[in-house]
Amino acid sequence: MFGRKVKLRILFISLAFITLILTIFLILKSLEENVVYFQSPSEIRETTELSKKKIRIGGMVKKNSISMNTNQVNFIITDFKNEINVSYMGVLPNLFEEEKGVVAEGYLKDRNFFSATKILAKHDENYMPPEVKEALKEK
Amino acid sequence: MLPNIIRKYSLIFGFLISFPIFYYSFIDYKKSGNLNTKIISFSFLQLLFILISFICLIISFVISDFSNETVFNNSHTTKPLFYKIAGTWGNHEGSLLLWLLVLTLFIFIFLLTSKKQIKSYRILTTIFQQIIIFGFFVFVIKTSNPFSHIFPVPNEGHGLNPILQDPALAIHPPILYLGYVGASIIFSSALSATVLNYISSSWASHIKTWTYISWIFLTLGILLGSIWAYYELGWGGFWFWDPVENVSLMPWLALTTLIHCLIVLEKRTLLKSWVIILSITTFTLSMSGTFLVRSGILNSVHTFANDPERGIFILLFLFSLIILSLVIFFFFNKNQDRNSSNFFWLSKDTSLLINNWFMMYFLSVVLIGTLYPIFLDVISSEKISVGPPFYHKLIAPFLLFFLIAMAIGPKLSWIKSKFVEKFSLISFFGISLLLSSYLVFKLNIDFLINTLLLSTAFFLFLITLKDFFINKTKNISQKISHFGFGLFILSVLLNNFLSSEIITNLKVGESYDDGKVKIYLEKVEKFKKQNYESVIGYFDITDQKNKTEKFKPELRIYNQPVIITSEADIKTNLFYDKFLVINVVQNQNYFNLRYQFKPLMSWIWISVLIISMGGLTNLLYSRNEK
Repeated sequence: MFGRKVKLRILFISLAFITLILTIFLILKSLEENVVYFQSPSEIRETTELSKKKIRIGGMVKKNSISMNTNQVNFIITDFKNEINVSYMGVLPNLFEEEKGVVAEGYLKDRNFFSATKILAKHDENYMPPEVKEALKEK
Repeated sequence: MLPNIIRKYSLIFGFLISFPIFYYSFIDYKKSGNLNTKIISFSFLQLLFILISFICLIISFVISDFSNETVFNNSHTTKPLFYKIAGTWGNHEGSLLLWLLVLTLFIFIFLLTSKKQIKSYRILTTIFQQIIIFGFFVFVIKTSNPFSHIFPVPNEGHGLNPILQDPALAIHPPILYLGYVGASIIFSSALSATVLNYISSSWASHIKTWTYISWIFLTLGILLGSIWAYYELGWGGFWFWDPVENVSLMPWLALTTLIHCLIVLEKRTLLKSWVIILSITTFTLSMSGTFLVRSGILNSVHTFANDPERGIFILLFLFSLIILSLVIFFFFNKNQDRNSSNFFWLSKDTSLLINNWFMMYFLSVVLIGTLYPIFLDVISSEKISVGPPFYHKLIAPFLLFFLIAMAIGPKLSWIKSKFVEKFSLISFFGISLLLSSYLVFKLNIDFLINTLLLSTAFFLFLITLKDFFINKTKNISQKISHFGFGLFILSVLLNNFLSSEIITNLKVGESYDDGKVKIYLEKVEKFKKQNYESVIGYFDITDQKNKTEKFKPELRIYNQPVIITSEADIKTNLFYDKFLVINVVQNQNYFNLRYQFKPLMSWIWISVLIISMGGLTNLLYSRNEK
């Protein structure tokens, strides 16, 4: 019915199309599995179901809340309304300080305890992560 | 004060010169004969004015003229001279002035070097480039004026973020910009070539030079940024899939694809539309990189000030450029005969096409990973971040085929190839497979994917290494770059498999011992330096072979602005890096420390350098040919 050239072209286009769809599907699928959501201490207090996935928590490091020993660092993240205890084993960023903005990435143990695998504090003394700013604004 | 005034007026003059350039270009476009030399003279004048403006800004930084707002916000009298100068482009306003400088510099060089091309093409390219320059002028003057005055004049400035006070980072922006802005010439030239239906193999070999230049600078720029992040941020790795890193990787991927397409276009006059699309994409990605980084949408060291107006302006400008280029593409791009009858599946063309598919796939993965969080934030105000696992998972499986294609592809001949070397290829693959399965088995890590990855990396490495001994001068630049890439992947994989790290908190006099490595904190001393106070920890680290080394990681407490930075102590040799970084926490007497053993770290840097050397060789080599 069609010429050889046309057939080839149709084959090529449909192949390209299928590849495209597959690629997008693959990317979105793995995106779904690998994204990390951000929550504030208040949001964690309010949620009915605790997420087992990796999340980020942001807020201020509460004053006089940092304590350290050989194995870990403990501190409290607060959004001045609710707070959560964080324990962390790892490298602290230079700008990690009490009463400064911080973002902790890790897993929730329960509503009050968070085990962090990564701590982020940004590279500028005046800088506040936008997520934290928003979380604090909502109070 | 004086440099301030000169700078202001020279910038405005530079802006006004855009008009005569437009005027003469339009007039001259219709005429026949040679290019009106006024266009070249005015381009030179524009370059000169911006250069003066830029030099004056440097002078203001050097003499600490705090009546200038940019200087006030980003400099300090106690800062060392080198960083006063580097501070010029270490901020938003100065870096945009640098963009502008490079934009005008490149179009001037383009006009000088394109004498062999037809006149209408040269003029049209000038016009397109001038549109970009015009847009940037408006942007600089309107929203990021580098000469806003402050009165009364403050005595002291805010200082430059100390984390940016580093030699690698001082030259990182200019190098990266040369790469980014080089894409603008490719963009303008591709558009004008489309309008004039001038896309041909001679055009391809002419624009290839520009592609290589911006590709080399982009590669080096990314390398510098990456090295800096390795030792300054103390993240202890070379790539973190941070959005800011990704925005520089994306134009690189597009540019690399473009280089491969231009090779096809040069030899076989195929893929014309694809080349145009890639040229547009590359510049669009460079621009959006600037937009994303400057607008404060991405959080990073590059986010100097969050001024929404700036973001919106770049976004509008970007959109109008994209629309302009799409309109030109659809109206002027003639569908040429692709003489597809000559197309045979097992040829160099196909392998280059396969390269294109893979590169586009990698590009879309990075693009989606970078933009999806922003997108989601806008539509649902949910905050998310996408981490390295996403990229690794999506890229690693495809890397297998990519590496094989990269090893075999260049061996196939144009149009049709015979499998003469079949045997040697298969035997090489066998060797790599054996070698890597032995290694993976020894290391006791997850078997299947690692063996495959490692063996394809070995395969590419061995094949490209072998190629150096056959036909020494043929395709030398491709051989160098592909060899560099093989070495790169190999170093990354081995580095990844063999690295180990220890994280612990220690007080002075305490030690850590896990049976393999012993870390002892002997003492801590303080020193006073020009613009910071230095705290040095003296560590003794004993490894498995009972060899003790002294490490002196440092903490710098800068006075203006008050910021603590960590200076890692890195012991580098050809086989491994030993990396120790410390940090203090306020009101605590513990030191937080991270010790890393990273094999083949220096080879990652060297291999990237080799990759860019490949491009350089091509430039030098093709020049000699002419």
